[in-house]
Amino acid sequence: MPKSSNFAFGDPPVPTQAPVADEVKYTTCYMCACRCGIKVSLRDGRIRYIEGNRDHPVNRGVLCGKGSAGIMQHYSPARLRKPLLRTGARGSGEFREIEWDEALSIATGWLGTIRANDPKKLAFFTGRDQSQALTGWWAQQFGTLNYAAHGGFCSVNMAAGGLYTIGGSFWEFGEPDWENTRYFMLFGVAEDHDSNPIKIGLGHLKTRGAKVVSVNPIRTGYSAIADEWLGIQPGTDGLFILAVAHELLKAGKIDADYLARYTNAAWLVIDDPASADDGLFARIDGAPLAFDRKRNALVSFHDPDLAPSLTGEYTLADGRKAVPAFVHLAKRYLDERYAPDTVAVETGIPAETIKRIAAELAHVAFEQAVTIEQPWTDWTGRRHERMVGRPISIHAMRGISAHSNGFHTCRALHLLQVLLGAVDTPGAFRYEPPYPKPIPPGIKPAGPAAPNTPLAGPPLGFPQGPGDLLVDAAGEPLRIDKAFSWEAPLAAHGMLHTVIANAHAGDPYPVDTLFMYMANMSWNSAMNTAETMRMLADKNPETGDYKIPRIIYSDAYYSEMVAFADLVLPDTTYLERHDCISLLDRPISNADGAADAIRQPVVQPDRDVRPFQDVLIDLGARLKLPGFVDDAGKPKYPGFFPDYMVNHQRKPGVGMLAGWRGADGEDAGIGAVNPQQLERYIENQCFWQSRMPAEAHYFKPWNKAYLAWAVAMGFLDKPEPVFIQLYSETLQKFRLAARGHGDVPVPDKHRARVETYFDPLPFWYPPFTSEADGYALHAITQRPMAMYHSWGSQNAWLRQIHGENRLHIHRETARTLGIADEDWVKVTSAHSSITVKAKLMDGVNTDTVWTWNAIGKRSGAWNLAPDANESRGGFLLNHLIRDLLPPREGGYRYSNSDPVTGQAAWYDLRVRIEKAAGQHDRSEPAFRTVERADLPPRPDVLRYGQIFRPKAEAS
Amino acid sequence: MTSLPHTRGTARLGLVIDLDICVGCHACAVNCKEWNTGGVAAPLTDLKPYDADPDGVWFNRIHSYEVNGEDARTVHFPRSCLHCEEPACVTVCPTGASYKRAEDGIVLVNEDLCIGCKLCSWACPYGAREYDLDAGVMKKCTLCIDRIYNEHLDEAARVPACVATCPTSARHFGDLGDPDSKVSQLVREREGYDLMPEMGYKPTNKYLPPRPRQRDAASIGAPALEPLPQAGGLLGLIDRLLSG
Repeated sequence: MPKSSNFAFGDPPVPTQAPVADEVKYTTCYMCACRCGIKVSLRDGRIRYIEGNRDHPVNRGVLCGKGSAGIMQHYSPARLRKPLLRTGARGSGEFREIEWDEALSIATGWLGTIRANDPKKLAFFTGRDQSQALTGWWAQQFGTLNYAAHGGFCSVNMAAGGLYTIGGSFWEFGEPDWENTRYFMLFGVAEDHDSNPIKIGLGHLKTRGAKVVSVNPIRTGYSAIADEWLGIQPGTDGLFILAVAHELLKAGKIDADYLARYTNAAWLVIDDPASADDGLFARIDGAPLAFDRKRNALVSFHDPDLAPSLTGEYTLADGRKAVPAFVHLAKRYLDERYAPDTVAVETGIPAETIKRIAAELAHVAFEQAVTIEQPWTDWTGRRHERMVGRPISIHAMRGISAHSNGFHTCRALHLLQVLLGAVDTPGAFRYEPPYPKPIPPGIKPAGPAAPNTPLAGPPLGFPQGPGDLLVDAAGEPLRIDKAFSWEAPLAAHGMLHTVIANAHAGDPYPVDTLFMYMANMSWNSAMNTAETMRMLADKNPETGDYKIPRIIYSDAYYSEMVAFADLVLPDTTYLERHDCISLLDRPISNADGAADAIRQPVVQPDRDVRPFQDVLIDLGARLKLPGFVDDAGKPKYPGFFPDYMVNHQRKPGVGMLAGWRGADGEDAGIGAVNPQQLERYIENQCFWQSRMPAEAHYFKPWNKAYLAWAVAMGFLDKPEPVFIQLYSETLQKFRLAARGHGDVPVPDKHRARVETYFDPLPFWYPPFTSEADGYALHAITQRPMAMYHSWGSQNAWLRQIHGENRLHIHRETARTLGIADEDWVKVTSAHSSITVKAKLMDGVNTDTVWTWNAIGKRSGAWNLAPDANESRGGFLLNHLIRDLLPPREGGYRYSNSDPVTGQAAWYDLRVRIEKAAGQHDRSEPAFRTVERADLPPRPDVLRYGQIFRPKAEAS
Repeated sequence: MTSLPHTRGTARLGLVIDLDICVGCHACAVNCKEWNTGGVAAPLTDLKPYDADPDGVWFNRIHSYEVNGEDARTVHFPRSCLHCEEPACVTVCPTGASYKRAEDGIVLVNEDLCIGCKLCSWACPYGAREYDLDAGVMKKCTLCIDRIYNEHLDEAARVPACVATCPTSARHFGDLGDPDSKVSQLVREREGYDLMPEMGYKPTNKYLPPRPRQRDAASIGAPALEPLPQAGGLLGLIDRLLSG
């Protein structure tokens, strides 16, 4: 636009030339987990404007509603101001302010005693923490195995399902080929993960005319712009996916060459039912065997000249029979159990629709293949003149993840991709480095440590067989959350959702201190919320002591959890601190290259608060944890987290940040420490990106150029191909243990469950909470795009968009129940009941009711007025969700979780609804108000930005 | 009452909003608020921001509608000032505070002249006016006049905040008075339409309707799948494929 002349037409003068900033700083957003680059404009030290960074690989200049409200998050009156020590009863919210020295001395005293006696008595769990590369390492050095972040109730089914199948997963691990995809399928709610990249991608797809299909019981958000919306019954996605696979197999519309070359479909599975290796792969010198069609012989699958067969039955050298994994696969999915006509009623999707979707996928995959004229060389050294791919992409997140059948459903989804040849080929889902990783990744969870001793390895990892479980000789759990036990063997993210109940019950043992960060466990991050609050404040009647003796909590805001802490360590806002978006943690790479990023303080705190990461490093030094002090016992990182980000090395040359390594800053991925590294990041707008060569862009797990690049960057130890594990030998190993084989016995009470759910091929089973209890409706949550978890409710702008939630009910369902719009309804589950307001709509499965996630707030929390909309009209479904399943034979109660990964199954919820009797003026249950007197007063009028208003231009 | 400008330039600056790809994420609304609360109409006051029923000034609000019937869908609809060619909000203004710029067609409020009588908000059929109770004046979308001409911003940033931030690229800014501009071409190609044309206010902003949906196999030309013949079946086919 030219400069406005203002006066050429006699228009009144308008000040169009106000300077935006006297200082600009770049950093990384933290209004959700997406980690977009932001440009922050400051005037006189106040934040004038936050916008998307146009050069940033994640968001390329755009910024969502949450990110755009960062100013209000930063200046929120709910910010904690000083360390607090509890003075009243736990849960009362009565504290006194203390100095940091006192706070850190108290914490050091408590923790030091634990470490000297029994380090596992510290349960250290973080919530939406993005610094797990630090927090996990801290737990390891402390010596407690009782560590995890929030993945156990968020998305471990997706992560584990992917990492045990394709060596990658969705979101942080891979992305659709947005430029080349012609058919995009979205399963379940995805509005929060991944936020801006998916929105950017959908804009591309729609503009290009690619077809978008949404499989979701609810037509909100992204589903609204889909070409086709399939309002599936919750928890039946796996059945739908496998019915599509059935159709493809029945018609022979699969990529046989892809299956033979890049997956374990050709690997021979031993068929010897009574033996200890039944169902495992036949091997030669450790390498899996396949049948070579040309040589007519059994050959190592790693033989570069192999022409693998996917069919037949073969006799091994020892005389036993074996068949390719594909034979098992074809038999299972060709079965009528997975025929569209069989599954139509259960899924709520007509058989004709399932058949049509299969036909569309086959057509796009095989008749509209995408060719990129880029030669590449595979791991055997064979040169390919071009890259040919299947332009079908799939994305899924919580809708699949948060069901008790989510792990197998996720595997089914990857199976569908692989049958079509649609993993890391042009137009398809693509890995983002450092993925693909070996399947599963090589890190195993570490067991308990002796007093004053670090763990032998990281507390979380990927078991490869029963021997990697954390169980005692009797098969009982060693971890407080029972992760990596027979109850949840592949609990790769831990089980945050079981910690409080287990600690309260002393099952498997009591803990001394619960140390949590950004985990709102007394509210929206717990199932069975009311009971969780009771347990946090419960005392042993005989001794008068709290059943969970000590609770340390760190948060930047007055969340519901703060009132339950004994010691509160106030954190900063995201604009006041350093952070590290590390490739060792949760990467922000895209499919063409690796990336990482930092946060830098753009403003200084005006309160007596400290970044949690600094506090953790300080505590590590005070406790003299190995790695946190030097040989003389002096702090190793006196500059705290920024110091650690630059100088900590996980192994020689590998640190938190991959960019500008080496003394001269010229190395990428691996290199010596560079004291100037943070300066270089700041010069480069706080992110680093390294593109891989074009010949490495696709077929990454089998691509020589990619494997070499990944080794050079430190992402893989060896340039060895990664073969997709459709048939999971790892799962079969657990199943064999359940059959009595091996030296890790399965306790009788778990035996049948392990046998059933450790099926080496994906299968569908109904979620554990079913209609049988008399609760006919499904109840689930969706994520509003303008609100992320609980953080947004204190935000003056965002709470004007989502201040209250409603229970959304299909108009027809409501009519049969006599419920009108805005009626109060009673919602009852097998566990509890709530009373909330109804909202009728059409774009929802008739058997499903839903609401927005985490809008409801406890009265007085987050420094909101006691009668704020969030507590008066807002509500949580969490109150209705049980944390334990009903007792099984023998009285044992499993966690309400996926039996393979321990993922919290909060989407399994079933309810019935009725019009509420009597008069209501607020949602129920309501809890006592927890207002705090020493938080700043709530302003009546907010005139943010008035000081920036430009003066009229002189005429 | 206030007159519309007698002499006009050719420029008609405005927005083109694509309802086919708007996901209703509120990025435009919040980024607008964030920019403008420190801009020429600052502040965009919020009343009782942390109490019950907070109420603030927003220049852009998003509504979601369900459309039923054969082509059932949910439509997200961002709503802001349309910078009409014949704006009733201007002609109704008793003080000359509301005015339409001759140069580029942007409709603005001169707060020095505004007496807060709200006649303009009654006159606007689109509900695009926002009364700031605290300041006692009417406020509204300025089309980010303090961005689009602002030489402190680099060229690419000289677009309204809502356009710059939109994650799906559903919002476009340009000169709808120039038939060759990108926005004018887009309106022609996608049959962009006026909101409530029957009112006769001739909005400058245009909305692009949702495209036809690809809801059946025919729309992408996919024939139904044929089961393989029983003889040989899948495994036979695989053998043939791999031997080929």
